[in-house]
Amino acid sequence: MKRTAIVIAIIALAACMAFANGQRETRSISTDGSTSMEKVIGALGEAYTQLHSEVGFTYNPTGSGSGIASVKEGRCDIGLSSRALRDSEKAEGLVETPLAYDGIAIIVHPSNSVENLSMQQIAAIYTGEITSWKAVGGPDLPIVLIGREAGSGTRDGFESITGTTDQCLYRQELTSTGDVIASVSQNENAIGYASLASIKSSVKALKVDGIAPSEESVKDGTYAVQRPFMLITKATAKLSQTAQAFFDWALSSQAAGIISSSGVVSAGL
Amino acid sequence: MNTRFKETAVKAVLLSFALAAVASVALITVFLVSSGLPAIGKIGLLEFIIGKRWASTAKDPGFGILPFILSSLYAATCSILIGSPIGLLCALYLSKAASKRTRAVISTLVDLLSGIPSVVFGLVGMMVLVPGIKQLFNLSDGSSLLSAIIVLSIMVLPTIVKVSTTALDAVPREYEDSSLALGASQVQTWLGVSIPAARNGIAASLVLGAGRAIGEAMAVMMVSGNAANMPSLFQSVRFLTTAVASEMSYSSGLQRQALFSIALVLYVFIMIMNMALSWLVKRSAS
Repeated sequence: MKRTAIVIAIIALAACMAFANGQRETRSISTDGSTSMEKVIGALGEAYTQLHSEVGFTYNPTGSGSGIASVKEGRCDIGLSSRALRDSEKAEGLVETPLAYDGIAIIVHPSNSVENLSMQQIAAIYTGEITSWKAVGGPDLPIVLIGREAGSGTRDGFESITGTTDQCLYRQELTSTGDVIASVSQNENAIGYASLASIKSSVKALKVDGIAPSEESVKDGTYAVQRPFMLITKATAKLSQTAQAFFDWALSSQAAGIISSSGVVSAGL
Repeated sequence: MNTRFKETAVKAVLLSFALAAVASVALITVFLVSSGLPAIGKIGLLEFIIGKRWASTAKDPGFGILPFILSSLYAATCSILIGSPIGLLCALYLSKAASKRTRAVISTLVDLLSGIPSVVFGLVGMMVLVPGIKQLFNLSDGSSLLSAIIVLSIMVLPTIVKVSTTALDAVPREYEDSSLALGASQVQTWLGVSIPAARNGIAASLVLGAGRAIGEAMAVMMVSGNAANMPSLFQSVRFLTTAVASEMSYSSGLQRQALFSIALVLYVFIMIMNMALSWLVKRSAS
């Protein structure tokens, strides 16, 4: 008797859970992709679920490449990429919509006396033409090049903007923005690059061609080292109603304030 | 009849659990081979194994993993060379010289060392060891093969100590007593009788330690700099494990397939070491 009761209770519970799950499924938005976009998409998701408490929002920080693949295979609603789509990816039926622009800051140890580098100097440093800080007006110390791993959106952005694609002679290839900042903050010889939004006072962000990296200089385009944050969708399949509502809201003027408060520049308005 | 049926049923259940472990190994093997071979086919086995240039996302990509293979072997060998005398002598002390109480305390601490997560080793290495090596050797940057070797030497210690201690404990008491009775001192007995008698077990501990060193990813990733250079003590290097771990998250296409191929090569290495290990264990048993 007792056993039967327990079995029935378990079945009832399972049914409840399955039902609850099924209901949530239709009212959820899943995003997947760039780890650089974590801050901005987290803020957007949080604000949106506060406005629409019935909606469930998920973000899977896997990286731009994985996010793009995930949209293509229908494993998420919106993919997040911190680089523009390649032609091969566009040919596979994917569409990009710029959400924001992120400045990439060139960072050095706080004790480094260098304040400003030109785009040519940055390229010359990263391709190994300039190997001492003395050549760019700094102390007589060797330059240690720190960058990101192959496939990283930040690396792709930095190398394509500075015209050093596939030519950088890295001493260290680290796998996260935090690691780059930590390594640069510990070595007075180091130079690195990282998302402007994640820069801390433990490192010094250099001016590029005389322009300091800031939200204003990224927005008006005078600061040259910047890259897009893209929302990736499929051209062929329509978004679910819930996801479409979020997509439109994220690009509206309402969301612009949230985007800029997370350290990047809104592309919408 | 009923009891017999129950016994059979329980045995079947136990068997199915045992098979779950076997199935995992089989599944991983099938998966690694099937996802690792295509890229090797496209790149060419020889070019993949002995190619020196790794530029997986370049316009003209290079997929040579010789630097990773050599770095992994270099680091594993050196860390065993540094770790084995320390580990072996520690084991000798624990097994033969230490009082019961000291032995309990030190064994617990060694166990604790093996329980420290590898990311913690990496973190301490990154914050203390890397700047220290930069200072000590007057380098431009301390992230290097040497840092990785030092971290690995510490990480392999618990394996060497534990397995060697067990091997030394198992040396028959009569061997040592005979040696002592013939007039040899205690130290002479340990070095001349106990260690040779336990040599297979000690060798097994070194192979096990080397396997641990080759398979470690997180700790070495944080101190080695990760540039795909040919191994050199003060250069930044990348290992088989870190090559997979560092590029996997943003990879696509042939790059991703090649990462699976690297994992396959790593798997083959570990398999060879395991075979060496079981051969040693078998030899010591007979």
